[in-house]
Amino acid sequence: MMDISYIIPLFVAVPLAGAFLIALLGKSIKKFPDVMGVLITLILCILSVKSVLIHNTYGILTYSAGGWNPPVGIGMVLDGLAVFMLVTVNVLAFCVAVYSVDYMEKFTAKWKFYTLFLLMLTGMNGVVITGDIFNLFVFLEIAAVASYALVAFGTEKHEIEAAFKYAIMSTVGSLFILLGIVFLYSYTSTLNMADIANVIMLQGKGNIILLVSVLFLMGFGLKAALVPFHAWLPDAHPSAPAPISAMLSGVLIKSLGVYTICRIFFNVFGINPAISSTLMFLGVLSMLVGVVLAIGQWDFKRLLAYHSISQIGYVILGIGLGTPLGIMGGFFHLFNHSVFKSLLFLNSGAVEYATGTRDLQKMGGLKEKMPLTYSTNLVASMSIAGIPPFNGFWSKLIIIIAAVEAGKFGYAFCAVLASILTLASFMKVMKYAYFGDLREKWKAVKEVPFFMKLSMVMLSLICLVGGILVFGDILQGFLGSAQEALSRGTEYAFTVLQGIK
Amino acid sequence: MSREKTKGMSIIVKTITRLTVGLVLLYGIYIVLHGHVSPGGGFAGGVIITLSFVHLVLAYGKDTALKKLSKARASFLENMGAILFLSIALLGFMGGYFFSNFIPKGEPFHLFSAGIIPISNIAISLKVGAGLFSIFVALVLLKLKPTSEKKK
Repeated sequence: MMDISYIIPLFVAVPLAGAFLIALLGKSIKKFPDVMGVLITLILCILSVKSVLIHNTYGILTYSAGGWNPPVGIGMVLDGLAVFMLVTVNVLAFCVAVYSVDYMEKFTAKWKFYTLFLLMLTGMNGVVITGDIFNLFVFLEIAAVASYALVAFGTEKHEIEAAFKYAIMSTVGSLFILLGIVFLYSYTSTLNMADIANVIMLQGKGNIILLVSVLFLMGFGLKAALVPFHAWLPDAHPSAPAPISAMLSGVLIKSLGVYTICRIFFNVFGINPAISSTLMFLGVLSMLVGVVLAIGQWDFKRLLAYHSISQIGYVILGIGLGTPLGIMGGFFHLFNHSVFKSLLFLNSGAVEYATGTRDLQKMGGLKEKMPLTYSTNLVASMSIAGIPPFNGFWSKLIIIIAAVEAGKFGYAFCAVLASILTLASFMKVMKYAYFGDLREKWKAVKEVPFFMKLSMVMLSLICLVGGILVFGDILQGFLGSAQEALSRGTEYAFTVLQGIK
Repeated sequence: MSREKTKGMSIIVKTITRLTVGLVLLYGIYIVLHGHVSPGGGFAGGVIITLSFVHLVLAYGKDTALKKLSKARASFLENMGAILFLSIALLGFMGGYFFSNFIPKGEPFHLFSAGIIPISNIAISLKVGAGLFSIFVALVLLKLKPTSEKKK
């Protein structure tokens, strides 16, 4: 039987094939890694956009690997949420791959970079597309292990230290997840997520589900860098090369952390007030702690890393509200954040490429020398701070309105406060990096090469278009189906199991 | 032979290694090829195959072992293992499903049976064996930076 669902395994197979082909041939053929890296991500980008159209016409699709039907075999599910995450991940990956063509020139062994990059992409796509909880764990580990190696890619002392710290903490998180899966398996005797949801509905929620929820909240919360579990992020994200920082902050913490939290707590366990208020509290805590820690930083990339924690707080707050508007706002902010935060990391990479420093106090007056980096950075800064025409404003507005509608006035106030502090810290970035007098030693600074510019322009256009998108039907089709997938809760099990038969 | 005497362990270890290394390798290959009819399979067999090479490194020093299986060749084999495994999956994809069994399954408990499973086992053994050997070699060849000397 060859129907339209053949598209599903390609999201894993294509980057995996690309990764090993690059490892095999990249050493001998000089331009091969660049060409393959961009080509593979472009193919994935097109496939993900195609999956939106497919989902709009056919609804939820399922796929059984090897022709073995779940719960015996491994099932893959393409629903609204998966489609939304696939588009976010693969569009970002394409922009980052284009950027890397020029940026990674200064590192040796580009083929190693692209191999690891595509393996990480395989892991992220796999996490999103799979319908099997153990399979999810395996893909999560693929993405995580590839990212440890990528954080240490520069092999400087502090980079290796950061990667080691990241590896240890992330492994502890994975251990909690694995333990949770073990308990869940012993309780339900199945690993397919739809089937687990079904069994839990029949057997009722025992105390074991409470324990598993806590374990998953710790494990996936650590991957998503929610505040009590955030300590690895401010070291790991700045130490990686700029394109990888963009991928880590932009999509890795979301597909490994936020997506998995959504999927498991909404679709498998079914949301309840206790989980919902825990998520909201953690979200607001991350939002405030992240931004307060960010404002005092002088390292450009470290400042951005703390802002990632803060912005993830918004996403979790929106999703934790549990109302359709809140979930939609959360997802819209997830998409927007991955665009503008990647753009900011790419900008910081461009400044580092041109000047060789990440210290904001040593910069100044770069506006004249690097006009394009300046203007894209301005767009991204205004987006993240929530200035009206840009996408960040709309998503924050939706989250705040949703919080007010749900009667959470305190949380809404915190969201506004965090947004103002974000604006303050990005005014600091703009002032110290781009305005002011040009220093003597930056006289010879040149604008970055073509591919880096191209990638930054693409992302800032998405920032602008994202702001307009809020008024169109696209939002309904794209975000609406993701929101529906969550709002339907444990009906997920019913739809998926029906799709299999 | 005279150069080899100065490297590695004593003559007793070397002689025993010379006798056993082939057996270990053969046993690894046996585990891989009988993966679908008896306990074992690609992962376990691949590890045993690598152990025979690790054995060589321990007894004769790294140069002798690297002459048999160089770093570049190990890396090549590892990638080939991964690509072979993926191609099996993709061939199944052409015939209907990702990873579907497109070879006749044969009679159970015979060496030539179980469709694609023996081929997948071979691919996994290549990937695991060469990967583990590469990790071992990387740890052996790792040179510490001057910072470690300061502590002395």
